[in-house]
Amino acid sequence: MRIPVLIKRIMLQLLRDKRTMALLFFAPLIVLTLMYFFFNGDNENPQLGVVGGNSQLVAALKNASIDVISYNEADQQTVITDELDGLLEVDEGGFQITLENNDPSTSRALLMQITQAAAMQSGTAAPASIDAEYIYGDAETEFFDVLGPILVGFFVFFFVFLISGIGLLKERVSGTLERLLATPIRRWEIVLAYLIGFGIFAIIQTVIVVFYSIQVLDMVMVGQVWHVIIVNLMLALVALSLGILLSTFASSEFQMVQFIPVVVVPQIFFAGIIPLEGMADWLQNISRIMPLYYAADALKAIMYRGEGLTDVTGNLLALATFAAVFIFLNIIALKRYRKL
Amino acid sequence: MNSSISINKLSKAYGKTEILNQVDLQIAGGEIFGLIGPSGSGKTTLVKMIVGIDSPSSGTVEVLGKRVPNLSLLQDLGYMAQSDALYPELTGKENLSFFASLYKMKKPRLKERIAYAADLVQLTDELGKKVSAYSGGMKRRLSLAIALVHDPKILILDEPTVGIDPELRLSIWSELMLLKREQGKTIIVTTHVMDEAEKCDRIALVREGGILASGTPAELKKVYGAADLEGVFLQAGRGAP
Repeated sequence: MRIPVLIKRIMLQLLRDKRTMALLFFAPLIVLTLMYFFFNGDNENPQLGVVGGNSQLVAALKNASIDVISYNEADQQTVITDELDGLLEVDEGGFQITLENNDPSTSRALLMQITQAAAMQSGTAAPASIDAEYIYGDAETEFFDVLGPILVGFFVFFFVFLISGIGLLKERVSGTLERLLATPIRRWEIVLAYLIGFGIFAIIQTVIVVFYSIQVLDMVMVGQVWHVIIVNLMLALVALSLGILLSTFASSEFQMVQFIPVVVVPQIFFAGIIPLEGMADWLQNISRIMPLYYAADALKAIMYRGEGLTDVTGNLLALATFAAVFIFLNIIALKRYRKL
Repeated sequence: MNSSISINKLSKAYGKTEILNQVDLQIAGGEIFGLIGPSGSGKTTLVKMIVGIDSPSSGTVEVLGKRVPNLSLLQDLGYMAQSDALYPELTGKENLSFFASLYKMKKPRLKERIAYAADLVQLTDELGKKVSAYSGGMKRRLSLAIALVHDPKILILDEPTVGIDPELRLSIWSELMLLKREQGKTIIVTTHVMDEAEKCDRIALVREGGILASGTPAELKKVYGAADLEGVFLQAGRGAP
């Protein structure tokens, strides 16, 4: 069997390349950690202004590590001038909350804590009504929570794409690919061996990134971990096959890097960091040809909304289709060297 | 003459640039055949099309009675490319056994052939080193060892002795002669060094994508009335006789 021989060689080559190994396994963790600190830098207690309300409520709020400042009268302007994170106005009708929302994650946490405190205090499930008003943005603005799943997918995609692409490119440039085709090996055997050889590293990378994000960075994770890993593996397969396919059109490592702004960066925009719903129709249609769009959608569903694999079958199918098409094109592309 | 390689009206063009133009050539089994010509004359393209890793624009190549490209045929071909196609991260041994493993060979035979090939090019003691630490000549020798590790019937060597010191060049040539004489191998060698051309049984002079003349070195010298092959080349290039 030729495939195991080829896989072994590919893996041996990569293992000897310490820098690339470091890039593959540690770079995503470093960048993710940086992102985490950027978006979660503010760990101070939120400052909440309260108008009305009884001492029980105030005690409950203080218990939830909120700095409570009582006012007799306050409005939006008070929030801005006193640099409060929010303002709670209690009257007989219910709660009126004004959130500064400069940092959406603080706002969300604050809103949740107030709701909980109110629920505890009234003893019932929830107070009659809670009206939340946002000074900046709205309730839909969330950062790292939504960003997290997308970033996990993105880093898996980016690093697998780059390293597999350059791997095959090196083989092309050095002439070993041509030399390989002067042996009785079949074209599909080469493509398959590359997919498996790099795939093994992609699996390791995916597992490391996912566990680090969830365990160390404490990323929101409502669904099943292995669902996340499966989605990421599908994405890695797409990245792998796309990387080695695009290396056909590059004649040097530098040209391979030039694909990053063309192929990789646009995917970030279409992955859902910027809400797609508001975009023009033609822009939304473009997102349909972006593998990362499907992966990010599935990851968000699993990690953020707690859905299962059955809920993201469509996305997985789309990723599988991308991979199948790229793999097929790869086998065709090798025809340039040998017709058989 | 039983021809082991038969090339008919072979042409190759990249866009408008013509590399080879209507080349006809017959190479017999068990001979050392030299393709002699300056760089850029189309020798490498011709050799690649014999192996089947480049496809002709028109014309055909038949090797051992089979139309190229043919996967089963590749088992019988040993190819040494002009540039050393080696994996620098791997050791010489790893390179050698990787390529050897791509051919149909039983394990014990594989080991035996690896040892034989390494010994032939005098690399046995250096096999444990990474190829990135090899000198140019050592890389060339390893490439040669890889080309013949699977005991092919036909060896196709593209500029095999570039960058190899005269002593080793001599020993490689005597090894090639031995392979031909004792194992009946057909060997195709490209070179631009005239004294190597003298060692071939038959040669073809390649220039600007065509074959100027072919025959044994002695025949050619006689026909063109030249004292050496350099003279033959000049005469043939001017269109004489």
